[in-house]
Amino acid sequence: MAKLKDLAKMEDRLVAGHGMCLGCGIPLIFKVVLRATEDPLIIANATGCLEVCTTIFPRTAWNVTWIHSAFENAASTIAGVEAMYKALKRKGKIPKDKTIKFLGTAGDGGTYDIGLQALSGTMERGHDIVYLCYDNNAYANTGGQRSSATPLGASASTSPAGTQSPGKLQWRKDLTKILAAHNVPYVAQACPSRWQDLYNKAKKAFEIEGPAFLNVLCLCPTEWKYEESKGIELAKIAVDSCVWPLYEVENGKYKVNYKPKEKKPILEWIKPQGRFRHLFKEENAWVLEEFQKKVDEEWEELNRLASL
Amino acid sequence: MSTLKTLNGNQTIAEAVRQIDPDVLAAYPITPSTAIVETIAKFKADGLITGEFVCPESEHSAMSVCIGSASAGGRVMTATASQGLALMWEMLYIAAGLRLPIIAAIVNRSLSAPINIHGDHSDTMGARDAGWIQIYSENCQEAYDNFIQAFRIAEHLDVRTPTLVGLDGFIISHSMEVIQVEDDQIVKEFVGEYQPVYPLLDTSRKFTVGPIDFTDYYFEHKRNQIEGIENAPPVIEQVGKEFGEKFGRAYGFFEEYRMDDAETCIVVMSSAAGTCKDAIDELREEGKRIGLLKPRVFRPFPDKKIAEALKNMNAVAVLDRCSSPGAFGAPLFTEIRNALYDYDQRPKVVNYVYGLGGRDIRVEHFKEVAEELDKIAGTGKVEKIYSYVNLRE
Repeated sequence: MAKLKDLAKMEDRLVAGHGMCLGCGIPLIFKVVLRATEDPLIIANATGCLEVCTTIFPRTAWNVTWIHSAFENAASTIAGVEAMYKALKRKGKIPKDKTIKFLGTAGDGGTYDIGLQALSGTMERGHDIVYLCYDNNAYANTGGQRSSATPLGASASTSPAGTQSPGKLQWRKDLTKILAAHNVPYVAQACPSRWQDLYNKAKKAFEIEGPAFLNVLCLCPTEWKYEESKGIELAKIAVDSCVWPLYEVENGKYKVNYKPKEKKPILEWIKPQGRFRHLFKEENAWVLEEFQKKVDEEWEELNRLASL
Repeated sequence: MSTLKTLNGNQTIAEAVRQIDPDVLAAYPITPSTAIVETIAKFKADGLITGEFVCPESEHSAMSVCIGSASAGGRVMTATASQGLALMWEMLYIAAGLRLPIIAAIVNRSLSAPINIHGDHSDTMGARDAGWIQIYSENCQEAYDNFIQAFRIAEHLDVRTPTLVGLDGFIISHSMEVIQVEDDQIVKEFVGEYQPVYPLLDTSRKFTVGPIDFTDYYFEHKRNQIEGIENAPPVIEQVGKEFGEKFGRAYGFFEEYRMDDAETCIVVMSSAAGTCKDAIDELREEGKRIGLLKPRVFRPFPDKKIAEALKNMNAVAVLDRCSSPGAFGAPLFTEIRNALYDYDQRPKVVNYVYGLGGRDIRVEHFKEVAEELDKIAGTGKVEKIYSYVNLRE
């Protein structure tokens, strides 16, 4: 079990001076995940909040080898780096005993949507990489357009709430399960409010041979519209309401990592967030009902899978 | 030892790949370049190459893998055609912008719609501003020779620019030809050891590749990139010369065929140049003073050299296997006419689009063009600047 005290002593691989929003969940996630391996690390980062906010030339907030090439190809880019590592190791140009870890990362836009094909291909080919999706439920870098991770009923700039619409009409895509269906060695869902769980999962992902996928809920005060200082409390509610359950699928075996003693109603998750404000209008009551129903169904299904 | 082998265009590329043995090969199969990828896969399966062979799920990812691999610090190649190159478009610019000397064999094929699998130059011509060096091949031998030279050119430290080698779909890719295959070891020596520049895999240095530029730096970085391709001409020349010294087949920016006393000239690239040579021979026998100029390097465009070669002609016909809808002529024509603009004495230059979707161009078609050039040379008048060859209208 990692001790926070020990982790705090480790060198930061993402350093201060980046331009991410006050209360942004991305640095919270990366400060934990990048401590989960002590090996040299190479990161391929898709276009998005993290990339833009950390690498405005001539400055960089990365204290680790890092590359960005485009929006939809973080997975293929890191796969290419890993392929060269394998080739040069085989040819004796990299010492046999040297280990390098590879991390591809993007937001939900670059993962659930435009980058899904590249991610699927990389997973299927079995590259020894970790892919981390920081899921902030929207195209937050470009002003909060809907993604296929945007929750039902959320008002996003391309699924706005209006007199004739309750915001996004569709349930979110279940990406973690899609990745689990690739039958890769390790897939997990995590949340920065439970940092120890996130750390353990990242460590496992780095240590396992073959592709691993982490889907991490990422706080976004800018697009979710809540008070910045309340982020971790909100993240806790996401987990306790089972809106964002913590689980892992290791070699095909589902395991729920945390079961709330008392499952909180989704209203506690929805109420503090401005993006759901309109759902409290009478005509949108059905959305709240539908939301609760879907969360309950998914939680039940997850527990069923874990019991197999 | 140099040997004669009967190979088609795709096999000649694969043969060169086997000899060079790049560190990472990432490609997605697409007609008519599929056999390159299949042959490489078989080489890998039989242990004839030691590099890593990656089969991505699309051409976009193939080029993305190439970008990751080349940034990691090694020799990288791909092969594709047509829609595959079109799907790579976004990444072509990024490969060039990151100064990665990736090599691509492009089996030239038309672009949809209508869908058509046959040869024309719409694919690579559409990528002409992507920042890649472009070299075109007349036949299987040239495809083999160009492909080997491409690594030396692209990887030169003054250049560091991705390079594509074009060969015509089916006409070259699927035609058997007896070619001179050079000795494995001598080819390896000619290409040399790869010299990585800022390889990601050297983790003793931590650095950031591909950061965001705002209005304050983007322009300068683009200017630096342009300098890379501007540095290419002497390297292309040197490599072509050395290749000649080593293997007996020297290369320049273009080939001049029976141009010594020519008064008119046909400019055409790639496989059609072979047919054109036959037409020129027949026309010469008829007493016509006509020659052929076959561009080999399209990017960087050898404007001064071509203009010098053409300035004393009376009339020149530039044949493009590509259209540029709505433009003042197709790509090769606009380059050449533009290159001649500063000369007080310059020929009349007309443009013909030919061979779209693999439409044949035969000796008689070149003769029709030659006849038109005669008329222009005789009257000094151009009736139509832009027209088509072998097209039902």
